[in-house]
Amino acid sequence: MSDSGRARTVRELALVRAGDKGDTSNVVVVADSTAAYDRLAVELTEERVRERFAHLGAEGVTRHEVPSTNALNFVIEGVLAGGVTTSLRLDAHGKSLSSLLAGMELPADGER
Amino acid sequence: MTGDGTERVTDEGTERESDDTGTKAGDGATTDDDRTATDDDRTTDDDRTATDDDRTTDGAETIADGAGPATVRIGCGAGYAGDRIEPAVELSADPDLEYLCFECLGERTVALARQRLAGDGPGYNPRLEERFEAVLENCVENDVTVVTNMGAADPDAAAAATAEIAAEAGLELSVASVTGADVADRFDALHEETFGGDPVAAYRDRTVAADAYLGAEPIVAALEGGADVVITGRVADSSLFLAPMIHEFGWEFPHDGPSERIGQGLTAGHLLECAGQITGGYFADPGRADVEGLAELGFPIGEITADGGVTITKLPGTGGEVTPATCTQQLLYEVHDPTAYLVPDGVVDLSGVSFETVGPDAVRVEGGVADPPPDTLKVSLGYDAGYRGVGEISYAGPGARDRAELAARIVRDRLGIRGLEPAGLRTDLIGVDALHGDVGDGDPYEVRLRVAARCGDEATARGVAREVETLYTNGPAGGGGARMDVERIVGIVSTLIDRDRVEPELSVREVDA
Repeated sequence: MSDSGRARTVRELALVRAGDKGDTSNVVVVADSTAAYDRLAVELTEERVRERFAHLGAEGVTRHEVPSTNALNFVIEGVLAGGVTTSLRLDAHGKSLSSLLAGMELPADGER
Repeated sequence: MTGDGTERVTDEGTERESDDTGTKAGDGATTDDDRTATDDDRTTDDDRTATDDDRTTDGAETIADGAGPATVRIGCGAGYAGDRIEPAVELSADPDLEYLCFECLGERTVALARQRLAGDGPGYNPRLEERFEAVLENCVENDVTVVTNMGAADPDAAAAATAEIAAEAGLELSVASVTGADVADRFDALHEETFGGDPVAAYRDRTVAADAYLGAEPIVAALEGGADVVITGRVADSSLFLAPMIHEFGWEFPHDGPSERIGQGLTAGHLLECAGQITGGYFADPGRADVEGLAELGFPIGEITADGGVTITKLPGTGGEVTPATCTQQLLYEVHDPTAYLVPDGVVDLSGVSFETVGPDAVRVEGGVADPPPDTLKVSLGYDAGYRGVGEISYAGPGARDRAELAARIVRDRLGIRGLEPAGLRTDLIGVDALHGDVGDGDPYEVRLRVAARCGDEATARGVAREVETLYTNGPAGGGGARMDVERIVGIVSTLIDRDRVEPELSVREVDA
């Protein structure tokens, strides 16, 4: 909802939802506009997202792009402590992982 | 999308009301590697993207065949086992609705139901009676056909219970049940590895349930036979919605090559299957994404045309919203590769899907295409994974975090002293690090210690949980609100089975008014 060039967090540019399948989480980032999508497509590399989730066990991150809907889909493996059925975590589904991505900070204009 | 769905074995021996809620399995997808068709099989863009005019022509041809109406309206009455009931009642009262689908099976719901069945409980959805008592009369009155997977581990018993409700209400109904998803007796027919790469054989002795994800075909057969209510066990979520379309429009199925109609139908099914998640539920973020009326959220309706046109909408006057943004979030929910979303009825390419607002809370969906069905089906294998013991206690005010951390150390020491050796142990400070690890800063006003243990036996699990409760009188100052919980754990792994090893069966019960 803000000028996509000035936004400092992913949340300012996109809404995020997470789903689970086994030990893999998929985090969907839906940008507000084509401009927001373009900026996030540059900033949210697989490596940066992997770093963000590394402390939770993330092994690999695959990014899928659906530009017709301004959406990026991050498939993050190994991040659910074994998966919902046997995990001991409070949020065993990893539903709240959407907010971990939404809170990622973006470099300011010119910082990159 | 709430509870984790394991059966609670409390001191009172009661089950939690939401014991059947599970995360949505979503699909029944096989792995990417197993898809039978490749991208090369797809036709060119020209073939795939028919214009609106072309579609009208196609639809007219279908109608000329006498196959059915121009538009079918399909509502989603539940997105998980424990979902709200009123939204489905509202849908059932809509005179223009033709189908009402209830998606009520999370990944391990069937395995839990199988356990319940073994213990003399119902093998079907525990809220089936409550749901059907609320909607069946409307459905009969408005000629709304019901399709649901509430049969879980025992579709026949679910159908019998449904027939009983109908008879008591004086309703004339034909109730069909679809069985055959249970493949536990064909363990050797399962593929050798789980999706995670473990040998399937390692689960043989601990298997609680093994169910294949059936597709649309047996539901279509039930509808062709005139069923008013179709009750299945494990069926892919999207199949519940695709089946009425195939039945009404006479679409070619299974399709040989890329199909826009089946692709659009499966895309619609995928979008609708989580109910409120596409009408503004699980979407609101105050100040960022405000949604009105979540307490009276309307559930979605798919308006499908014979040529594969799809519009997602909801009833006027209900809460929530249907926008391209709510649709996009749901489009990719629990999807990995959007170019190859595998379900029993096809390999769907969602990557070209687009959304356009065409009215108030009405969004048109374009671009879904599906390659032919894979020749394997996904199997969810539920296994006995022991017990989970959880204990919690809260601390507040100055030093709350320090006291909670001390409490955690005490519990760990106590486990050593008592010789309790859980297979897995986890301590979290809710309010500090329980969801994403310790990524915040500052000490919160209140902190809740949570200790969770995975154990082979119930006594150990209970022992761990009790060590938290005993902090009341033996631990740090000011602990309050202690709770404990011991649950059986049903683990789930996924594998494949060849489609020709699975034989769906259909039974029909007629209820006379």
